[in-house]
Amino acid sequence: MSKANIYAIENPVTHQPGWIGSRVQEGSENTASPYATVGNIAVPNPRMSARSVNVFYDEKQAINNVSLDIGLNEVISMIGPSGCGKSTFLRCLNRMNDTIDICRVEGEITLQDENIYSKSMDAVLLRARVGMVFQKPNPFPKSIYDNIAYGPKIHGLARSRSELNEIVETSLAKAGLWDEVKDRLTKPGTGLSGGQQQRLCIARAIAVSPEVILMDEPCSALDPIATARVEELIDELRQNYTIAIVTHSMQQAARVSQRTAYFHLGNLVEVGETNDIFTNPKHPLTEAYITGRFG
Amino acid sequence: MPVYFVVLAILGLTTIAYHYGRKRALTVSASSNHLHSLPHYYGAWTAIWCSIPALAVLVLWLALQSTIITNIVIADLPSAITDLNEQRIGLVINDIRNYAEGRITSGEISLGIAAAAKHYKELKSLSRMALVVIVLAIAIFGGIMALRLISPDFRARNTVENIIRGLLVICSSIAILTTIGIVLSVLFEAIRFFDQIPITQFLFGTEWSPQTAIRTDQVGSSGAFGAIPLLTGTLLISFIALLVAVPIGLMSAIYLSEYASARLRAIAKPILEILAGIPTVVYGFFAALTVAPFIRDSGGLLGLEVSSESALAAGLVMGVMIIPFVSSLSDDVINAVPQSLRDASLGIGATHSETIRQVVIPAALPGIAGGVLLAASRAIGETMIVVMAAGLAANLTINPLDSVTTVTVQIVTLLVGDQEFDSPKTLAAFALGISLFLVTLVLNVIALHIVRKYREQYD
Amino acid sequence: MTEIADSTRIVKESLNKRYASERRFRRLGLMAIFFGVSFVLILFADIFSKGYTAFLQTQIELEIFYDPAIIDPGHTNDPQVIGKADFAKLYKAALKERFPDATSRSARRDLYNLVSNGVAYSLRDTVLDNPGLIGTRLTLWLVADDEIDMLIKGHIHRDAPESDRRVSNQSIAFIEQLEASDSVRKSFSWTFLTAGDSREPEQAGIGGAVMGSLFTLLVTLSLAFPIGVAAAIYLEEFAAKNQFTDLIEVNINNLAAVPSIVFGLLGLAVFLNFFGMPRSAPLVGGLVLTLMTLPTIIIASRASLKSVPLSIREAALGVGASKVQTVFHHVLPQAMPGMMTGTIIGMAQALGESAPLLMIGMVAFIVDIPTSPLDPSTVLPVQIFLWADSPERAFLERTSAAIMVLLGFLVAMNALAVILRKRFEKRW
Repeated sequence: MSKANIYAIENPVTHQPGWIGSRVQEGSENTASPYATVGNIAVPNPRMSARSVNVFYDEKQAINNVSLDIGLNEVISMIGPSGCGKSTFLRCLNRMNDTIDICRVEGEITLQDENIYSKSMDAVLLRARVGMVFQKPNPFPKSIYDNIAYGPKIHGLARSRSELNEIVETSLAKAGLWDEVKDRLTKPGTGLSGGQQQRLCIARAIAVSPEVILMDEPCSALDPIATARVEELIDELRQNYTIAIVTHSMQQAARVSQRTAYFHLGNLVEVGETNDIFTNPKHPLTEAYITGRFG
Repeated sequence: MPVYFVVLAILGLTTIAYHYGRKRALTVSASSNHLHSLPHYYGAWTAIWCSIPALAVLVLWLALQSTIITNIVIADLPSAITDLNEQRIGLVINDIRNYAEGRITSGEISLGIAAAAKHYKELKSLSRMALVVIVLAIAIFGGIMALRLISPDFRARNTVENIIRGLLVICSSIAILTTIGIVLSVLFEAIRFFDQIPITQFLFGTEWSPQTAIRTDQVGSSGAFGAIPLLTGTLLISFIALLVAVPIGLMSAIYLSEYASARLRAIAKPILEILAGIPTVVYGFFAALTVAPFIRDSGGLLGLEVSSESALAAGLVMGVMIIPFVSSLSDDVINAVPQSLRDASLGIGATHSETIRQVVIPAALPGIAGGVLLAASRAIGETMIVVMAAGLAANLTINPLDSVTTVTVQIVTLLVGDQEFDSPKTLAAFALGISLFLVTLVLNVIALHIVRKYREQYD
Repeated sequence: MTEIADSTRIVKESLNKRYASERRFRRLGLMAIFFGVSFVLILFADIFSKGYTAFLQTQIELEIFYDPAIIDPGHTNDPQVIGKADFAKLYKAALKERFPDATSRSARRDLYNLVSNGVAYSLRDTVLDNPGLIGTRLTLWLVADDEIDMLIKGHIHRDAPESDRRVSNQSIAFIEQLEASDSVRKSFSWTFLTAGDSREPEQAGIGGAVMGSLFTLLVTLSLAFPIGVAAAIYLEEFAAKNQFTDLIEVNINNLAAVPSIVFGLLGLAVFLNFFGMPRSAPLVGGLVLTLMTLPTIIIASRASLKSVPLSIREAALGVGASKVQTVFHHVLPQAMPGMMTGTIIGMAQALGESAPLLMIGMVAFIVDIPTSPLDPSTVLPVQIFLWADSPERAFLERTSAAIMVLLGFLVAMNALAVILRKRFEKRW
């Protein structure tokens, strides 16, 4: 009865992530027999480890029985054609999928031997430990300073103003942005260029000292120069953080990562040292993909 | 009733015209077997020329006839009457009209008035007869002229379509005409008010007592027209209303869109929307007869002196009325905040409420501010609740337990009941009206601008 | 910079506090909804509890003797003579007969006040319709006075001290005697639904106001719907993007937010003072409400036109239809349900509106039921406003009942709009 609602003609196309599932359905005959991943999914000293993970959107299965370890201080990249489930898998690692009502996750994912889907694990704490950088740069409509300070503030990581200043400065420095923005910390973060915005988002993630950083196609919205800058940054960050990156670009995977996992229609097809995967793929699907027969 | 008859006759003629137009189109094309448009367009062309000019003349005639006849009658009145001031002439005219139509008149009827009434009656019946003849003649003439223009090469469809477009343009221009009408009519009367009362007194005066102005013959009772107490009263009540509506509307919008289960949403949302559909007179009744006594009694229990027409009661109920307004506007702007911002905040490990309070609301703030301004403009212009639940006494106070009056209440009080035109008392209502119009206009323009800018930002 | 393990610990420690504030926030939201919902419920319960009794009317059973000596002493059978007779004497005589003990002045006054003085008129009308009744005796249920009505309905307490209630002990004694012989009943009050306004609550009804609302809405509908749809079609389908179009749009958006009372001022200054139209007439009310509801209808109609996919227009244009043909043959039929929904909502808004109608004189006390849009009349919401001001307890009841009727109409209209939308809703 209210005015605004009369005028709102409902958008007939409600957004549903069904497209992910619909592709998987073709391959979901495999659900019964676990898909055998080629290569060694395990590493000696895993920071995170997933075992037999299945993800469903309503009835549709988006991830089929995936097991994978993410090692300490390594960069692991996940590649595959669009809709293969690599982003869905990544979002399972810090329970971002919790925000989608129809999404259901089965299997076990551990962070430092703690099951992150257990009752005792808190999603807020988990996300503080496993940070995330998204496809499109998404700085808050606040100042650059406040963008970085947001995480430390809500988590209470800084006891004083000077400590907060220090966190902001080191985070920006680690993201290689300090020199570019130190004179305009009070300017809005949305005023930066695309590449700077994405590095700001990385700095924002670093500011809460996560153990793992998840990156969901962080360079897909950036130009080549900005992309190179972010890739450099990822390489530097490897010293202190474990990074899982989803990427569309095989070259990027080859440049930044030590291990690579290839996803296809919700299955983890092959995983191994990045060099091996790109020079000597063992699975025919992997080979077809990296030689560019589909993508 | 001749008017109904004339309208029916025009409609009948139009049907005939349509028929003949179509037939004529078929006849003229029979030999060459060629016709530019389909036959019914020729029918429509004829029908349009038969009906529209005639109906236009009819409406104009009816709108203007009484003014013109009255002027003629006045012109013929004896000078003893025409020398009177405008107000008295108005009364005389009323007497003449009433006498002519056999209704009760005010007091004795002089010979002059009886003669004028006879004159008036004659003119009126003359006008009626002329109306019937002229309008029907125009209809027939229009139809025949249109018929004569029909030829196989005549582009009837294009012409008819152009006429339709023209009509559409006229219909959409009514919005502009309405605005102009409001501004001109209200402004005109307001200017006459400011001829009598200095504008500085109106804008800065702190005393409002228009009632004394009735007795113009009394010394020193020209009335006080300082609008400040009305403005503070209006602002006080609107402020209370916003104090209720903004937090509650915002919080319920947030809860319904971010937290509520589908079931709760399906129940609570329509119930809250009912609030927007309840007529304001019902709120007024509830405010005056249930809320105000309740507040007065509970204030009494606390040892507070509460007026039975307290600003608090009116403001509270008005606030509830605006809740759905605020909540549906905030719902819109909150949903416009991109999901990526929420993801970013949740991805750092913020809780749901931290995300809402520190990211979503700041991002939606311009939109919410626009919504609040629109809500404020609503509250300022709301009439029935305050007419029924707020007082008449123009107290200059900001105590919500006192009785205050508002601009709209005064407009209603000044214009309902006995009216004498041209007295400052009546004209003051128009001065208040134009102030109200301007204030709400400015608020609306600013609010719509902010909201539009905000939408563009996230599109 | 804090070490990783440190920061995990700090976050963990902060969690309790943060979740507490999360819960507080949710509770605030829930409270806001609870407040709104309970206000709706309280409002409805309050109105209903005050108003439902108005649909019933207390009646008193008396044996009326159609005394020829009172009605028509000269046996003329002339309706003129009968019409002028004092029919109040009939029920007064019946009351005296029933209570022969009541002889004192005050007792007599209380006795006569048991019955509504409107009964005299209804007795007169029945006799005029059927002169054969003269000289006969009939047992009739007569409408009780409003104070007695309130007493029977329990709004006036019998055990309250006499000085605190408007019904005397004597009257209560009469009523108790009548009750003892089952001569008091409550029956459905057609008067309330069909009669015009009256100073006497028991004779007042909403019939006149409902008719006034009907005429006003008819005028509004027959103007606002075609004009609104035409304007929407022009703006959505034909208008070029230029300053004139922008001007129209800005105007429509602003008019949608102009206070309704300003439209009343416009009506007063233009329709009444300039064009000399009749005061208090539904015609003028309809014109004012047309201007007020036009923005609503235009905005809804445009949204409805917008939702018709471009492909339909292209298909029609592609087979050689002109722009006007495309719009009127193909787009308009698809958009019609949405436009009608918007129009019904606009009409519901107009039905509940009262402030602008106060300005054009539709607040007069009008007893006659209007029969055309030119007759002076009032509308339902204004009737509510008028009655709300009346001091009689019985009018309070009637106000609430009138609100129930008004809300009933509004619910019906909105339900119709919802049904229409559900039924014709197209998902392209």
